[in-house]
Amino acid sequence: MSGETDSSTSREITLDEALGPGSPVAVFDHVALAFDDVTVLRDLSFTLIKGHTKLILGASGSGKSTILKLMLGLLMPDSGVVWINGERVDQLDEQRLLAVRDDIGMVFQEGALFDSLTVRENVGFKLYENRAVPLEDADRRVEEVLGFIGLTEYVDRMPSDLSGGQRRRVSIARAMATKPRLLLYDEPTTGLDPITASTVDDEIIKLRDLEDVSSIVVTHQLRDAFYIATHAAVRDRREVRIVPAETGKVRQAEFIMLRDGLISFEGTAAELRASSDPYLRTFLT
Amino acid sequence: MVATWVKRALLEVQGYVLLSAEAARATFTRPFYAREFVEQLDAIGVGSLVVVLLTGLFTGAVLALQSGLTLDQFGARALVGRLVGSTMVKELGPVLTALMLTGRVGSGIAAELGSMGVTEQLNALRALGTDPVRKLVVPRVLAGVTMMPVLTVVSDTVGVLGGGLIAVWELGVSPNAYWQSLLDGLIIEDIWMGLIKPIFLGFVITTIGCYVGLGVRGGTQGVGRATTRAVVAASVAVLAVDYFVTKALVTLIY
Repeated sequence: MSGETDSSTSREITLDEALGPGSPVAVFDHVALAFDDVTVLRDLSFTLIKGHTKLILGASGSGKSTILKLMLGLLMPDSGVVWINGERVDQLDEQRLLAVRDDIGMVFQEGALFDSLTVRENVGFKLYENRAVPLEDADRRVEEVLGFIGLTEYVDRMPSDLSGGQRRRVSIARAMATKPRLLLYDEPTTGLDPITASTVDDEIIKLRDLEDVSSIVVTHQLRDAFYIATHAAVRDRREVRIVPAETGKVRQAEFIMLRDGLISFEGTAAELRASSDPYLRTFLT
Repeated sequence: MVATWVKRALLEVQGYVLLSAEAARATFTRPFYAREFVEQLDAIGVGSLVVVLLTGLFTGAVLALQSGLTLDQFGARALVGRLVGSTMVKELGPVLTALMLTGRVGSGIAAELGSMGVTEQLNALRALGTDPVRKLVVPRVLAGVTMMPVLTVVSDTVGVLGGGLIAVWELGVSPNAYWQSLLDGLIIEDIWMGLIKPIFLGFVITTIGCYVGLGVRGGTQGVGRATTRAVVAASVAVLAVDYFVTKALVTLIY
């Protein structure tokens, strides 16, 4: 990618202009993938529009996490095309994939924090690795994102000192530190109590609405999926509040239900609630 | 069944060779993680010092004891220094040090990388734009290759000292006789062999540990299995590589 870059987070301004409102940031086109004899994805096609959210639901083993790994190029499809921010990810070698991953943040299940590094070193990992970023700028950004998620006082702790919810939130901070355009969440609230899960949901909403990122959330926690789809973050003077979203905003969050490697439903929260499909009804109850 | 086993073995060898080649290429291109390399020098080198000292000491001591008894049959007890010195420097020093490091370092590397794999830290590294081969494998392999000769020299030194103590205390050989026969028995080619072999052995131990660790599947049980596999595979590889490298060096430098 060529063009001007801003400060320490290396965002390509020309690509920002190309990816104007309404443009796709992620496209899956007839993607299929099997592991040995097990078909995980059969014929998957969907598009994520800039600034929107895709909430991918499905039973365990339905291929939800596989979709995220395909986007990052951690897995390659057997057939079909994967486009991320204008790059055809399914054809790139590891070197060129590193450049694509520069613009994607991923929050792994259980956080996947580096357990031999402090919270500061985890959150600022990509910044500290980039020798072009001055140390003071990297430190400042780390403190900024830790402040965003409300964990500033934990900056020098080790991951083993944190609770499960705190580790997830630090993982979110790490993913957003370099201001990626696309954030991927792999079961961000699985295993958390409802109160902690709400806190994590709020971080996802804040990032989407205040930092202008496009999001893909993989989850089987319906409560959290609906919450993310139907709420918005607003700045009220110096405070950030989570409020019920307006209808237009709710429509920007689309649900995808995976079943047997295919999309069995794609639509808004209201359409999902109103669906009479027996499988969906079983999932919803 | 045999065909399946052979196929699996060939695939493993292929995977290992590809990883080793990737690590070799990454060593000579940027970015190079110098801090991680120094940390591994400490972990592999300094961390293994005690076990290498003990190994060398007792190996040299038992070598002197056993060889002294044999040499007695020929009235050549005074030559025990020559036998201890050349055996330690050419063979036992490099191989036993390597086997100790296989257990200590090889298993540690496999366990560490395997744990990172099953907790998705390796995927997180890739997602953050960092190549795990550059960040994790290259520092460990380079540190292994650098520290193995150093540790071998330590082992050899302590070994001949240990042998000397036994020769003097148990076998009644005079210290002068011991050291003179030791020096007489060592030629420069032996020294080269004793320094070149550890380089290959260090490479084998660390690359096998990394290959097995990066390929772990199946949670914590998989990590446990990988640790055992790494030790067994590296131990056998050390003995096999020792034979082939010795044969090559004997042909090339003697």
